[in-house]
Amino acid sequence: MTQYIIRRFLYAFPLLMGVNILTFVLFFIVNSPDDMARMQLGQKHVTEQAVENWKQQRGYDLPLLWNAKVQGDEKITKTIFYQKSVGLFLFRFGISDSGRNIGADIQERMWPSLAVALPSLIVGLLVNISFALMMVLFRNSYLEHAGIVLCVILMSVSSLFYIIGGQFFIAKLLRLVPISGYDDGMAAVKFLILPVLIGVFSGIGSGVRWYRTLFLEEVEKDYVRTARAKGLTETQTLFRHVLRNAMIPILTGVVVVLPLLFMGSLIMESFFSIPGLGSYTIDAINSQDFAIVRAMVFLGSVLYVIGLLLTDISYTIVDPRVRLS
Amino acid sequence: MNNPILAVERLSVAFNHQQKVVDDISFAIYPGESFALVGESGSGKSITALSVLRLLPNNARLNAGAISLQGDNLLNRSEFELCKIRGRRIGLIFQDPMSSLNPVMTIGSQIEEVINIHFDLPKKVIKQRVLELLQQVEIPDPKQRIKDYPHQLSGGQRQRVMIAIALAAKPDLLIADEPTTSLDVTIQAQILALLKNIQQQTGMALWLISHDLALVSTMADRVAVMQQGKIVETGVTADFFSNPKHPYTRKLLNALPLMSSCLTHSTEEKPPLLQVNDFKVYYPIHKGIFKRIVDHVRAVDGVSFDIQQGKTLALVGESGCGKTTLGKSLLNLIPASGGQVKINGIELSSLTGEQLRQQRANIQIVFQDPFSSMNPRMLVGDIIAEGIRALHPSINSAERKARVRQLLQQVDLPENSAQRYPHEFSGGQRQRICIARALAVEPKLIVCDEPTSALDVSVQAQIIQVLKSLQQEKGVSYLFITHDLAVVAEIADDVAVMYQGKIVEQGSVAQVLTQPQHAYTRKLLDAVPVLKTEK
Amino acid sequence: MIILWTDALIFILNAIMLGLAFYMHGKEYIKRPMQQIYRSKIGMVSLVVLVFFVLIGLMDSVHFKATGNKTNEIISLLDYWATPLREHGEKTYSAPFATTLYSKEMMTLADGTTQWGYPRLEFGGSHLDEPETQRIPDILQKGLYGFAQGAGLVAFFMVLLWAMLARQHKQFMHSSTVKVVWVVVFVIVSLSYALIYLSAYYHVLGTDKVGEDVFYQAVKGIRTGLVIGTLTTLIMLPMAIIFGILAGFFRGWIDDVIQYIYTTLNSIPGVLLIAASILMVQVYMANHEEAFTSVVVRADMRLLFLCLILGVTSWTGLCRLLRAETLKLREMEYVQAAQALGVKQGTILLRHILPNVMHIVLISVVLDFSSLVLAEAVLSYINIGVDPTTYSWGNMINGARLEMAREPIVWWSLSAAFVFMFALVLAANLFADVVQAAFDPRRAGNE
Repeated sequence: MTQYIIRRFLYAFPLLMGVNILTFVLFFIVNSPDDMARMQLGQKHVTEQAVENWKQQRGYDLPLLWNAKVQGDEKITKTIFYQKSVGLFLFRFGISDSGRNIGADIQERMWPSLAVALPSLIVGLLVNISFALMMVLFRNSYLEHAGIVLCVILMSVSSLFYIIGGQFFIAKLLRLVPISGYDDGMAAVKFLILPVLIGVFSGIGSGVRWYRTLFLEEVEKDYVRTARAKGLTETQTLFRHVLRNAMIPILTGVVVVLPLLFMGSLIMESFFSIPGLGSYTIDAINSQDFAIVRAMVFLGSVLYVIGLLLTDISYTIVDPRVRLS
Repeated sequence: MNNPILAVERLSVAFNHQQKVVDDISFAIYPGESFALVGESGSGKSITALSVLRLLPNNARLNAGAISLQGDNLLNRSEFELCKIRGRRIGLIFQDPMSSLNPVMTIGSQIEEVINIHFDLPKKVIKQRVLELLQQVEIPDPKQRIKDYPHQLSGGQRQRVMIAIALAAKPDLLIADEPTTSLDVTIQAQILALLKNIQQQTGMALWLISHDLALVSTMADRVAVMQQGKIVETGVTADFFSNPKHPYTRKLLNALPLMSSCLTHSTEEKPPLLQVNDFKVYYPIHKGIFKRIVDHVRAVDGVSFDIQQGKTLALVGESGCGKTTLGKSLLNLIPASGGQVKINGIELSSLTGEQLRQQRANIQIVFQDPFSSMNPRMLVGDIIAEGIRALHPSINSAERKARVRQLLQQVDLPENSAQRYPHEFSGGQRQRICIARALAVEPKLIVCDEPTSALDVSVQAQIIQVLKSLQQEKGVSYLFITHDLAVVAEIADDVAVMYQGKIVEQGSVAQVLTQPQHAYTRKLLDAVPVLKTEK
Repeated sequence: MIILWTDALIFILNAIMLGLAFYMHGKEYIKRPMQQIYRSKIGMVSLVVLVFFVLIGLMDSVHFKATGNKTNEIISLLDYWATPLREHGEKTYSAPFATTLYSKEMMTLADGTTQWGYPRLEFGGSHLDEPETQRIPDILQKGLYGFAQGAGLVAFFMVLLWAMLARQHKQFMHSSTVKVVWVVVFVIVSLSYALIYLSAYYHVLGTDKVGEDVFYQAVKGIRTGLVIGTLTTLIMLPMAIIFGILAGFFRGWIDDVIQYIYTTLNSIPGVLLIAASILMVQVYMANHEEAFTSVVVRADMRLLFLCLILGVTSWTGLCRLLRAETLKLREMEYVQAAQALGVKQGTILLRHILPNVMHIVLISVVLDFSSLVLAEAVLSYINIGVDPTTYSWGNMINGARLEMAREPIVWWSLSAAFVFMFALVLAANLFADVVQAAFDPRRAGNE
């Protein structure tokens, strides 16, 4: 087990290195730092000097991969690739193109993201599983067929409409909660209700369908027949046997996204003006702040790799058949 | 006779308004007796058992005069009332104990569950009862095992747990649906002995469902034969086997391979075709942070044997002994780890790439499962011609077609089969197509990997007949891999017995089957159920 | 005629589809699931809707330089037919079927006096003298007239087809599925005919901020949605299939490398990778302006890039499925039999593995389609989707959502995008369900 975890940690390095190289190629090779500088400073009337200054402030004035001007190890270390990569691996994200400390921003903004994402996930999970169980309990009835059709219809509506519709009806017409915004502490709750509600609602269609197929797969297995042969009623079979087995793929599927909850949801946060990492990323994209986008890409990958590890570990906890070695 | 414990009257079952799978059958089971329902696959025997407890899938239509349990018509009972009968009055054991047990619950809690539903007992008493049950089904060290999960047990132990679950609420009737089919022959004998033993202790009735006539003859008091949804003959066991009345029953009994047929083979010596010397197949075991190889699983561990031209060597062993690995490895489908394989004097193990490909015409293989051994997306004609195309590219398409026609004729299939897809054929016919495919490249040796295990007895006899006549016609040799000693007696000239990766005994078939030397061979032979006929 | 990049790819895609259909025609294993789809009413109805969308998309993919026009812009066949719609721009917002603008302004009356009020639209309902009283009867009358024309057209073709086919395919013509399909065709064609007829006189779905016809925008959005849904698949399929099958079949270091690649790509949050790539494309285009002279070419390039990037980020899922399936298949006995028969590895891959994973490919293609159409809207909203000048439902939503705060609200742009998108995605989802039920071996035969 420990050996397995150590091995997975070692495997994470080449993965993150791959991510790092990919982003490096995207950001520095496809386009040179000069291009970025001109983009930031305005296309047409930029002097060479202004570009050089911009690059120097951000440390982009070094060669990309190989510095021929200096001696020894510095040939490698005094390059953009080395400087920027090492920074990322040590979680020193540096200064954004607009001059803010990215690390501090992330620390501050991940909590609002989590405040939206975590309740959405938990409530969504409960709602989806209960509906899916209902549909499996009443399988081959009109109730189930109606449920399937409803799911497909719900799935076919863009999440943007759920948000716009929710904001319009609940916040604007009924005035139950504020349309958007955020506050610290417990005061945040009234701002969170609507995004969580909409987040849950927009996921119902696909979620219920997915869980239903998981449950149906289990229902057809032989051990369910054994359970019924024992004298268990349909509901008892469903709760004691089917749910328990189906929870394995469900739980492990949830665990993999747990770390990514910190990243927040891009559209949710921007629609509801929640100062989380999602809206941070959108702002960065819109203002073309490459340093922040690069940092967020790396952070996302790290969280995903952690999620994978957690998934493997959670398998050993919920499934007695799995032993890691 | 006294009143039956279970009486089924005019039961019919159909799926999706299609043809009836169970067609108007009636039978009764009396207290304390062993009743066997025998039939080939698809005859509807399992469906009958499930319909008694109303455990059929939703798309099934059930129609019956009455299904009465001790005079109480179950058809009038609601689903809720049936739950009180399932497990409590009638216990049920299924074929595959691995999939029939819940993988994420301990065996203790799975047994406990039954007692919990049907009785209102304090926790301590239930625990005690579970331990008793585990003792009753002869699971060693029950106090420890009670916390085990199904995957930690062996196949035989799992089936014992299934029996414990079925017995937990002390039912009056135990239905055993092919209880030993997925088990090895030695384990099968143990489980059957256990069932008999328990039946004697408790005096409950046993309803055994099986395809195996020999097994039934040793277990049952009364037998009913089912064919295509109908019961064609019922009788008391002794009478039934010595004096079968219905032609189908007679056909079934005649198709049974007989152990005594081993004495009729010729013992004439022929020059060797295949020589295998110190052959090994190892699988590495990885461990540690960098997955270093620390040890090997010795699947095939230094095996040596010869096969003579035009003769058949049977390789016998239980599941997991390495016999299939050996067969596939001879064809280089699994890489070997050491040893020599010579066919016609050509050393195969030193060949690679194109040379090896050219030599492949010499050895061919026929697999166990006739359903997965043909590409469902190809026409039968193309399937048979595939090898000719690959190994004899010079043969033009007209000649190839003629060759395919000839091959189909040799395995007794109609000529138009070439234009059809595999799914249009039955299991036995598919196996013939596979034999034709192997024959197409004119091999000197065919490895038959359990070619008859997935087939019903009557079909099995036909396939063996086809193989035998091809051998006479073409002088091809067989390496016949099987677990079934009766089939060995029918087809083989020589036998090699494999146990844990090694050959423990080999010799002529008469010698090994009548005077086994090794203890394991004796154990195998003793476990084979033999048809009891008092002629 | 001018062939844009996406046009070319669409034509290639169509050619591939036709080729595949020809190749598959008459194959036994394809017949059974196909018949299951034919029999399914939902499947056929959604297919009709999809075909209708695809036809519009195809019409919108034949581009040429407008002649006799001073601007020399590139237009499509659809634009050509919809020239009145394109040119009948208003000043700003107007509601569906309105005859006046949405907002009041100072206007000069015929007698020279000025007045504060709702000015008449330049084109919408301009043929009416007294809009207050004439408008509704006129709409009803014109709508009915258009509907009748469309209905007549369908009826004519129906009778024609029936006369030709009734003898040979009696069974076929009388099956209930065919009847339902005819009803749907009838409704769709008649309704769209009525809409087209009306749109010559009114802005049936209103106009947007700069006075452009919303109906035209929504129809133009069809092509964008279809391009994203299909071209992305075209781009990702070769990667997913080749990598997936190779990894599963050869295992060893090939498998390790491919797994490494897709785990790496997977570990980057999809939206961020798309954002990063689109940002780079933007910078690249900004620095190479000379290569993208026309607005249409530029927007088309960006659309293609978006498909490319979506393809790169979305192949991993299918690749993983195919790898797992190939791992299973390579242990199948027919593959081993082929090996034993000396069939070469490449032939085994093509003859035994590929045909037996195609159902997974097909299912995932139809399932992905709708999610890609939905993704376009979200991405366009974050400004990393299609070019802002491209007509797309995402851009329509993006432009309209700020207007929700107005009083009275401007609801028509949003509703139009919603209805069109919902129709396409719902049809695609329903069709995907039917395809999945027909081709998935585990679910086959259940119904």
